[in-house]
Amino acid sequence: MGAQGCAMIAGRLRCCQRRDAIPGLRCGRGDRYGCGAMRMLAWLPGEDAAREGAGDAVGVAAAVMFAGFLGFGALAADTGLSVGAALFSTVAIWALPGQLVLAEMSAAGATWVAILPAVMLVNARFLPMTVSLMPLLRAPGTRRVHLYLTAQLVAMTGWAVAMRRCPELKPEDRLPYYLGFAIACWFASLVGTGAGYYFAHAFPPLLKLGLVFLSPLYFFVMLACEVRQRAWLLAMAAGALLAPGFHLVSPEWSILTSGLAGGTLAFLVIRASGAGDA
Amino acid sequence: MPEALTTLVLIAACGAGTYLWRGLGVALSGRINPTRPLFIWVGCVAYAMVAGLVSRLILLPAGSLTATPLAYRALACAAAIAAYYLGGRSLLFGVTAGVVALVALSAGFG
Repeated sequence: MGAQGCAMIAGRLRCCQRRDAIPGLRCGRGDRYGCGAMRMLAWLPGEDAAREGAGDAVGVAAAVMFAGFLGFGALAADTGLSVGAALFSTVAIWALPGQLVLAEMSAAGATWVAILPAVMLVNARFLPMTVSLMPLLRAPGTRRVHLYLTAQLVAMTGWAVAMRRCPELKPEDRLPYYLGFAIACWFASLVGTGAGYYFAHAFPPLLKLGLVFLSPLYFFVMLACEVRQRAWLLAMAAGALLAPGFHLVSPEWSILTSGLAGGTLAFLVIRASGAGDA
Repeated sequence: MPEALTTLVLIAACGAGTYLWRGLGVALSGRINPTRPLFIWVGCVAYAMVAGLVSRLILLPAGSLTATPLAYRALACAAAIAAYYLGGRSLLFGVTAGVVALVALSAGFG
């Protein structure tokens, strides 16, 4: 789906605001609930902004999302997750690190007692991200429920682009722009997950090797080359050094424990050095 | 519960747990400062976890990658970093080069 398709979804959602736009979806008193659900989605005032957002996503952002989730799909297939579970995790979680943690820990034999807190901790970064993004997306007339729906589509790529791009847009165009961008990325992720899973089974072993290596390599390059802040760099070094050792002691708890230990260590060092410049 | 269903319930719980942060972020937006120390700690733990996972996946892999020697994986990582900078800081170019390097090494030397 390109920019056109995303704009079409945005446009169709918008149509529902006109009560007579779709026969059978008239908002009579008897049809309050069905129409209420449709109207809840139909808040996009700026079709052009949504199209612009989707257009900005198609290209490098969508390709990076596709590649990342292609690797996740292949890794999920390699760890024995079902294709339905892999796709469902992209819909329900839509955060690559969390999904990798989920797939790897299930493969290592961990139960939900270890997996759920690990996934929640690795995804806790969404709290400060959403806190800083929402004031940008909110225009004077924006309803809170729409922001809560948009929150499910907060992820690293869209967040970074929106933080840079939204201040240049009119306030009422920002939410549609973000949705256009995020829905295009989300679609690329879903297609990537399915394709990675399929290729991992269809490819000969040698090519499958490359696909399964894609995810670790993707994060390796991203973390090694694109992270600047000293606190994060220190935390990554601590985590990377501790994890293999922790894994030998307890594979099912190692991701959670090495992350907590390494992250806390880095945090304390940064605090002690008096540079809270993260 | 059958295992497939248990997995789906676990994924749904992880999705709900993840949404908790996103939703809480909306509720708290404009009221708290996203640079306070608690969030720096959260960021540190998240980066340490992801880096730990990546180092573990590369150094001590499970599944198909166990068939490759550590040296190939290390060389592929070095190739990816080099290609990233040669390609003008391109994540796609770097990752593609690294994957090609691993496949080529495995194909060439077994």
